[in-house]
Amino acid sequence: MSELAKLERRRRAIYGWLLLSPAAILLSLFAFYPSIATLWSSLFSRGTRRHPVEFVGVENYTDLFADPTFWIVVKNNLFYAGITVPLSMFIALSMALWANSKISAKGFVRTAYFTPTVLPMIAAANLWLFFYTPGLGVLDQIGSLFGLPSVNWLGQPETALWAIIIVTVWKESGFFMIFYLAALQTIPEDLREAVDIEGTSRWTYTRRIVLPMLMPMTLFIGVNAVINSVKLIDHLFILTKGGPSDASKLILYYIWEQAFAFFDTPHAAALTMMVLLVLGIVAAVQFYFIDRRTHYQ
Amino acid sequence: MSRFTKSFDTIGAVLLAIIWIAPLLFAVWAAVHSTSDAVNFRLTSPWTMSNFQAAWDGAPWGKYFLNTFLLVTVVLIGQFIVTTLAGYAFAQVQFPGKDIAFLLVLLQLFILPEVLIVENYAMVSRLGLFDSILGVGMPYMASAFGIFLMRQAFKSVPIELDEAARIEGCSRLGILLKVYVPLAKPTYLAYALVSVSTHWNNFLWPLIVTNSPETRPITVGLSIFGAPENGVDISIISAATLMSVAPLLVAFLIFQRQFVQAFLRSGIK
Amino acid sequence: MKHTQIFAAALTGALTFANVSAAQTELTMYYPIAVGGSLTEVVNGMVAQFEAENPDISVTAIYSGNYDDTRVRALSALNAGEPAQLAVMFSIDAYDLIEQELIIPFDGLASEEWLNSFYPALMANGQIEGQTWGIPFQRSTIVAYYNKDLFRAAGLDPESPPTTWDEMVEMGKALTNDDHYGLMIPSTGYPYWMFQALAIQNGKEVMADDGLSTNFDDPDVIATLEFWRSLSQEHGIMPEGTVEWGTLRQAFLEGQTAIMWHSTGNLTAVKKSASFDFGVAELPANVRLGSPTGGGNFYIFKDTSDEERAASMRLIEFMTSPEQAAAWSIATGYMGVSPAAYETDALKAYVLEFPPALVARNQLQNAVAEFSTFETARVREGLNNAIQSALTGAKTPAEALGEAQAAAERLLRDYR
Repeated sequence: MSELAKLERRRRAIYGWLLLSPAAILLSLFAFYPSIATLWSSLFSRGTRRHPVEFVGVENYTDLFADPTFWIVVKNNLFYAGITVPLSMFIALSMALWANSKISAKGFVRTAYFTPTVLPMIAAANLWLFFYTPGLGVLDQIGSLFGLPSVNWLGQPETALWAIIIVTVWKESGFFMIFYLAALQTIPEDLREAVDIEGTSRWTYTRRIVLPMLMPMTLFIGVNAVINSVKLIDHLFILTKGGPSDASKLILYYIWEQAFAFFDTPHAAALTMMVLLVLGIVAAVQFYFIDRRTHYQ
Repeated sequence: MSRFTKSFDTIGAVLLAIIWIAPLLFAVWAAVHSTSDAVNFRLTSPWTMSNFQAAWDGAPWGKYFLNTFLLVTVVLIGQFIVTTLAGYAFAQVQFPGKDIAFLLVLLQLFILPEVLIVENYAMVSRLGLFDSILGVGMPYMASAFGIFLMRQAFKSVPIELDEAARIEGCSRLGILLKVYVPLAKPTYLAYALVSVSTHWNNFLWPLIVTNSPETRPITVGLSIFGAPENGVDISIISAATLMSVAPLLVAFLIFQRQFVQAFLRSGIK
Repeated sequence: MKHTQIFAAALTGALTFANVSAAQTELTMYYPIAVGGSLTEVVNGMVAQFEAENPDISVTAIYSGNYDDTRVRALSALNAGEPAQLAVMFSIDAYDLIEQELIIPFDGLASEEWLNSFYPALMANGQIEGQTWGIPFQRSTIVAYYNKDLFRAAGLDPESPPTTWDEMVEMGKALTNDDHYGLMIPSTGYPYWMFQALAIQNGKEVMADDGLSTNFDDPDVIATLEFWRSLSQEHGIMPEGTVEWGTLRQAFLEGQTAIMWHSTGNLTAVKKSASFDFGVAELPANVRLGSPTGGGNFYIFKDTSDEERAASMRLIEFMTSPEQAAAWSIATGYMGVSPAAYETDALKAYVLEFPPALVARNQLQNAVAEFSTFETARVREGLNNAIQSALTGAKTPAEALGEAQAAAERLLRDYR
């Protein structure tokens, strides 16, 4: 290889990494280093006046496994994900099909569906508080019209998590709708016309043609919904604070509580590591599917 | 489509739409009535603006708005710079280690800043940025999503344009700024909308790193204002909530075509 | 000669002034508000007055949410190396603050006489290991607010609220109908606090004085929780499930309950917005009368200079002085923290016009220290969960409290 080409290659390498350096520095500071630091601090005990910090190995992890609250929180979060992911995706798809069809009032419908997306979760929680409050709340008032007894939606273990789930679904469905809408608009119009001429029913068309074509988007949204089921916890701060008796406590809230309410960084770090592990698995799954997808194309 | 299914669709769609904005409508209802009228649904009761007055007087909202505005601006500027440079590097520059680097960036899609609150808090403190707007914004500036988006946008720029500019004697940075960036405008717009609405609405991280009204964004201010311990007064809370969502909501309603189009056009490919 | 003297005096004056402003001590104080509306203005007003009287000290008072939020905010600031010299925090945070070596005792900073000028019951939570770590500021007891109109409507004497558990149940039944409940005791936010009141009334303390052990599984304590649960399950005078701390005042003002137990810190807010005739009573007795104290104390952080400590002391002395304590009590409903506060003209005139303002203070003679142990946040969380799961019927009281006791044992073992 000629000297010139070598020089050019070196120049490009320097140039490439120079362009990348702001991102590399920030990612190191706020993603990679903290991940490693979390692992490190999860291996030490918390220091107090009586017990200085010491290396404890996996003790923080075994503590968590022995802690019944941890398992309640894990179960809650699985349930939360198990309901919010499919439900919000299903609603989002219905919304998108409607918002893409030839109905009247389409503009209003689209706006209404999307509006919750631009509201902060905290504000959403405040709005829903007005629905859930026993006695005074909208739901109870509606219920009482039909002679139903007052229900303490946020104050009962059986309903608290559901109340949280509904707010989440309400908040994220409109957001996912947009993605479905984007995908729907890539389906060629003549395909639809061809199917109409053949006299295929709408349901068959949707099931045989639309849904398969939406599949890649569904995967993408699915991954995002799973991530959201870890991330979307702001409303807990307003609505239940994880109560009653941990019935609506989710993992990220629990991490926050360990770290910033109880000042127990080591256990918070151990919890964080477990969440990172789960997210890593989700990432692996997505990369696998992305790879497959590009393979087909 | 038969007339029957069409009207059936319309009814279903509109019904869902009404359910979807009902919480907002009830908040409006509560905010313009006295608490007692609001919770008892006295439909004919008089309207009042006093809840807004009481809410406005109850906290330094002006300060909170300014903080949020500064925050989204700082984040957006940071993101534009960082993601433009990195996106361009990934799209158009051949250099060793590129694939590994890109994989690492994608990994950040899953190492959420939200999950790393404990160590990021320690990092921000170490950098002396605790309780500062920059401290709130910094962890989000190197957004993997943004880098990915920019890479896609720059990749679709025809190489002929690049070469033409080079022949005219443009520097590399000049080409980036004069050729690539203008062509990626729709992507920037879409990304800006997503970024602004995300950070306008962000809560957990600002809650952790802000400590005073001088830095507190509107979401944290609202949560403190509406804390149940304050003895929730539904009308005033509703007024405060509407006030704090108003700027973004109004912007959305005015520019909703752009919002939605921006998402549709270059949201994801 | 004379001129020189004046000149010298003026010069000294100017120098002193320059000196003072150069050496201005800056204080950052975090404080919570756990009850009514716009109390931040009241605090800001007090601080502004203090600064006017003490030009050499500048105070940044930061309102930071409820008690838990405030602890989080203040300690995050300290961890992050931000300045914080003093804070108003939960009176019951003392053990943990000591254990984390964050605060200093007041004994070296203040005179014995001043420390003795407060109500002893309000000092109890701050006195640990023979030293005083907290100075009372926004302090409360639980009182029973009752709706006299509903009492009249039920044919009860509005001037004789229940004084025993039996009366409370009996009257509660008379007061309950389709439209409203007889009684609401909040069980979110601070359920352990209400529970402690009931347990004391049942003759049993839920924790030991040294912060090292709890009595959750004591038969009398279990019986207390069974009683609380029976109010809804058996007697039907309280709603099932949990009763929200935050919205309870609204519910009371809307006439949804005839009686509510709540912090006296709500008094002024209730007074301002009640559209009906209401009364305030001490809590009823079963075995004995009683309520825990509650609320926030002043703490001074360890990582402070001598000047900052001295300046903090002046601020605390100012904020707890009889005049300020009286004004604070009138503005909120919290207690005047010293007997002297009730001797001020302002408060004397106020209680004459509005006698309920005295109820919390009068109850102090039966009051005990609020629930507090080492690892108090977590031990308390366990107790809160036990209470909530018993009230919602998820567990039996014995089962729930047994678990909470076991968890508390686990947490406190290390400290013995």
